[in-house]
Amino acid sequence: MIKPLLIKGGRIIDPSQQKDEVGSLLVTEGKISWLGKGDAAPPHPDHNVLNAQGLVVCPGFIDLHCHLRQPGNEDKETIATGTRAAARGGFTTICCMPNTNPPLDNQTVVEFVKSKAASEGAVRVLPIGCISKGRKGKELAEMGDLAAAGVVAFSDDGEPALNSYIMRQALDYSRAFDLPITDHCEDTVLTEGGQMNEGIISTKLGLRGLPNAAEDIIVARDLALAQLTGGRLHIAHTTTEGAVDLIRRAKEKGIRVTAEVTPHHLTLTEERVIGYNTNAKVNPPLRTEQDIQALIQGLNDNTIDIIATDHAPHTEADKLCEFALAPFGISGFETALGSLMSLVHDKQLTLVNLIAKLTHEPAKILGNKHGGLGTLAIGTEADVTVFDPALEWVVDTRDFASKGKNTPLAGERLKGKVMATIYQGKLVYKDDSVKLKED
Amino acid sequence: MRTTEQIKPVAPKPAATWQHHHILDVDDFSREEIELVFHTTQAMKEVLSRPIKRVPALRGKTLITLFYEPSTRTRLSFELAAKNLGADAASLSAPASSVAKGESLVDTLSTLQALGADIVVMRHPHSGAPYIAAKHVEASIVNAGDGWHAHPTQALLDLYTIHEHKGNFKGLKAVLIGDITHSRVAHSNIWGLTTMGAEVTLCSPPTLLPAGLGGQQHHLPPVSIEHDIELALDGADVVMALRLQLERQQSGLLPSIREYIQLYQLTEARLASAKPDALVLHPGPVNEGIEIASAVAHGPQSVINEQVTNGVAVRMALLYILAGSQKQ
Repeated sequence: MIKPLLIKGGRIIDPSQQKDEVGSLLVTEGKISWLGKGDAAPPHPDHNVLNAQGLVVCPGFIDLHCHLRQPGNEDKETIATGTRAAARGGFTTICCMPNTNPPLDNQTVVEFVKSKAASEGAVRVLPIGCISKGRKGKELAEMGDLAAAGVVAFSDDGEPALNSYIMRQALDYSRAFDLPITDHCEDTVLTEGGQMNEGIISTKLGLRGLPNAAEDIIVARDLALAQLTGGRLHIAHTTTEGAVDLIRRAKEKGIRVTAEVTPHHLTLTEERVIGYNTNAKVNPPLRTEQDIQALIQGLNDNTIDIIATDHAPHTEADKLCEFALAPFGISGFETALGSLMSLVHDKQLTLVNLIAKLTHEPAKILGNKHGGLGTLAIGTEADVTVFDPALEWVVDTRDFASKGKNTPLAGERLKGKVMATIYQGKLVYKDDSVKLKED
Repeated sequence: MRTTEQIKPVAPKPAATWQHHHILDVDDFSREEIELVFHTTQAMKEVLSRPIKRVPALRGKTLITLFYEPSTRTRLSFELAAKNLGADAASLSAPASSVAKGESLVDTLSTLQALGADIVVMRHPHSGAPYIAAKHVEASIVNAGDGWHAHPTQALLDLYTIHEHKGNFKGLKAVLIGDITHSRVAHSNIWGLTTMGAEVTLCSPPTLLPAGLGGQQHHLPPVSIEHDIELALDGADVVMALRLQLERQQSGLLPSIREYIQLYQLTEARLASAKPDALVLHPGPVNEGIEIASAVAHGPQSVINEQVTNGVAVRMALLYILAGSQKQ
């Protein structure tokens, strides 16, 4: 039997219980077994100790949007490497997009991903199923079968936006399973050949742009279809001021919509592309400071429910080319917390709210089917993230567990670092400086 | 270059003002650097006026032209420039269709490096390709046109041609007419003209004007926008017509070429709004009767042929300066 683990003397922040206090937490047999305030000691003294003094202890992060690339693109990432990268980033539950090869449009492939995750994964993997067969946008995938196999949402992420008819049917049909339709909102007629945000920088660089309007149009359409059908809509990676406004108004009207934003869209602008930096090439593209301010406001007034990474690993060869030929995507797991903490340090977002957007809020979207996620409540599975909010470190992609080294943050100094990640009671990641002690 | 003695008679030695190992765009050129190009070009024109138009300033240097897009005058003028300076010139053509597959750009450049290239002159359909190249080779990269982005040597020869006629740029009104979005020549000229002190007005259909120009912004020089060609030309000292690609109509950016001609063709009547001594430039190749009337292209104010002639001298000057700034 594994010895219980005492996470001692940290600042315990658990938005699911409105808890923010210094204390200790005991993990026994994979569950949260005891929580104590201040210097309180657990009832049974025989345990290992992780000293969390000066650190934040919170529920393991949940990521509703990532790409694990397996099956089909194992050179970019595998479930083994992707889940280890997630663990290094403090994530204990990750939802992988179905744009693999073959795609997750049937039970068999979903079962493959689940079994790989069970045998090789470091953290919990919850697959997202396709909306349409083969991601072709023509016919609905067998959503009932996919739901039975355990998918947590449906999405054709990575493909052009569905036509309005199929989107309507998807939102309508999925009501039977109470699962959200996650849409990558992009009017591809307006963005054909687009490489980066449309604006003065795209003009300077001579690159074709993706205008904000291309996102706003599909967000508006999807909201109208969600209203029409009563289906659950989840807006993936919101990036524009206009989209935030549309979602805010839709929520006021009671439309069933949730929305996510990525760490990179919250912290980086289009200027990162200057010099033709293919590691800053991402879709939707990095936008402007004005959009960032709208996104932060959206997080603070709960227009935007959650933060998701859109972790999109690519090989170095994929990105070592002409800007127009490079694939879109940023490897995001391992820099997520460090970049997001800049918003806390700059007082644009509270620490508690940031943690809520990474834990309790995504758990609410997932619902209760997967056990109590995103909480430190007694008796739930012990998914715990311990991080140092103030530790400064330099991003060295050689340290990444992800195969994807594609980040515009390489070499940059971030303030805030994950020190330990506990999944189902097991320590799946710890920083080299963290030492466990026997009590 | 072998010795400074061989250089001295030709042109002034590149001064400390020159900061570039590569020529990727003119956006980071200072006025002093552009003036150095002018002075050196003047010396090269003197060389070209000799019975034997050659100096051995680049003897022992290898220049390779790497063109992923077709080109007539740019490639030829670089090759002539290299030969006039005694460099060994070789060329590699890669059809644009092969860009996306097969050998990567970085691998191709490594090969050229291994073959001993000192200077690689590169044209590429994708914006920014020379910047990727510059990060991966020791050779000097000269951008001979990349996508919609930049064409610095064309801008420098345009500037030189204007300089020959007008001397100082300060206060000159330069009007660029036509497809600004897709014109790398326009983009580089916006930088070069404003750096030299001219004021730039862009005149184009709104659908051929790229995003973000004309307002408050920091990433490009300030320009004026005027969609009415007669107002744009009013009082102009320099007028540059840009090539209109015929496929712009098919892609929905223009209702018809006919309407473009009606609204934006540089005609004699319209040119009358400019100053009487206004220069007419065109980067070529010219679609006579579309963006510019034949009478204007061949008229007394046209310096289009001078641009081509100056192209060789300017490129000689640039190669000379670049070679002089390279490690011996």
